[in-house]
Amino acid sequence: MMDLRPRSHPTYLAFLVHRISGLLLALFLPLHFWALGSALRGEEALEGFLRWTDQPLVKAAEFGLVVLLAAHLAGGLRVLALEFLGWRRRQKDLVALSAGLSLAVGLLFLLDVL
Amino acid sequence: MPTPERGATLEVSIWRGGAEGAMRTYQVPARENQTVLDIVTYIQRELDPSLAYRFACRVGMCGSCAMTVNGRARWTCRTHASRVVGPDGKLELRPLANLPVIRDLATDMAPFFDKWAKAGGRFQPKDAKDGAVPEEFAVVPPTSKQRREADAGIECIGCGVCYASCDVVAWNPDYLGPAALNRAWTLVNDVRDGARAERMEAVAGDAGCHSCHSTQSCTERCPKQLDPSASIAGLKRKLFWDTLLGRRG
Repeated sequence: MMDLRPRSHPTYLAFLVHRISGLLLALFLPLHFWALGSALRGEEALEGFLRWTDQPLVKAAEFGLVVLLAAHLAGGLRVLALEFLGWRRRQKDLVALSAGLSLAVGLLFLLDVL
Repeated sequence: MPTPERGATLEVSIWRGGAEGAMRTYQVPARENQTVLDIVTYIQRELDPSLAYRFACRVGMCGSCAMTVNGRARWTCRTHASRVVGPDGKLELRPLANLPVIRDLATDMAPFFDKWAKAGGRFQPKDAKDGAVPEEFAVVPPTSKQRREADAGIECIGCGVCYASCDVVAWNPDYLGPAALNRAWTLVNDVRDGARAERMEAVAGDAGCHSCHSTQSCTERCPKQLDPSASIAGLKRKLFWDTLLGRRG
């Protein structure tokens, strides 16, 4: 089993979140395209699917999806800042800022739903 | 760990063997002031002379005493036991990860330094290609951007802590690693150096700077507080613009 002791620091966690959110989003993409594709079969098909997504459980999953997307975006911007702007200092603050932004976006989504 | 009581002992488990081996446990007197290296030296001198480990300067300059201490790569001569021993009085010592184990706590550092050579880690004077001493001293303003970039990474002692802490090295054994790439970035910023183009090509391949995932474990663990991750980012940045603007030969 992987020893977590050498990896227990914020920027490693940020790397994991960025990588795993990317993989999960890639898994979601086929579903996304399938949903869009349903419009080709007529308005009725798309509407039916959209009504199905109004269920609370699907909305909860959607919240997770929004947070994943925001985390991947914020984490990606952090890496771009490190690599293109050469920001050396305050890397951990940037990690915290990315995490905070992702959660804030998720909360905004929830506020819109409720 | 609080100040040890008189007669208290530490339970120190140490890797014994080469690639194959097992942990062996020793009881070592706990002292108010002792480094992890002091503990290893006590075991080797008083309890088990067959224990193999490496050290030289004992003051954080030579970079030879690094080991895995309670799961993390550290320089042991400057690591006070009280910072790493838990309240249970236990300490776990293993050789550095990502390097072949010679015996016990001593690793073979050859792959680590071979990669410095592969990354173009040798200074090539611009004005004296045959290795002669240039006639004039180079004037490098201390406040210039390149001098500051070079200064940021120049204090590396080659201890291998970053290399042992890097997951990318574990995943891709050919990856040059943080220390070699940090050295390359230092020389890329050395205005006296004449081998920049060759060095940039050396660090551009699959095993070069682009393999870095910016987990920043190297920066987190470097005992000299250097930032190899930022050096690697510098190499990536330079290669990006050089490629985009057609500046690569």
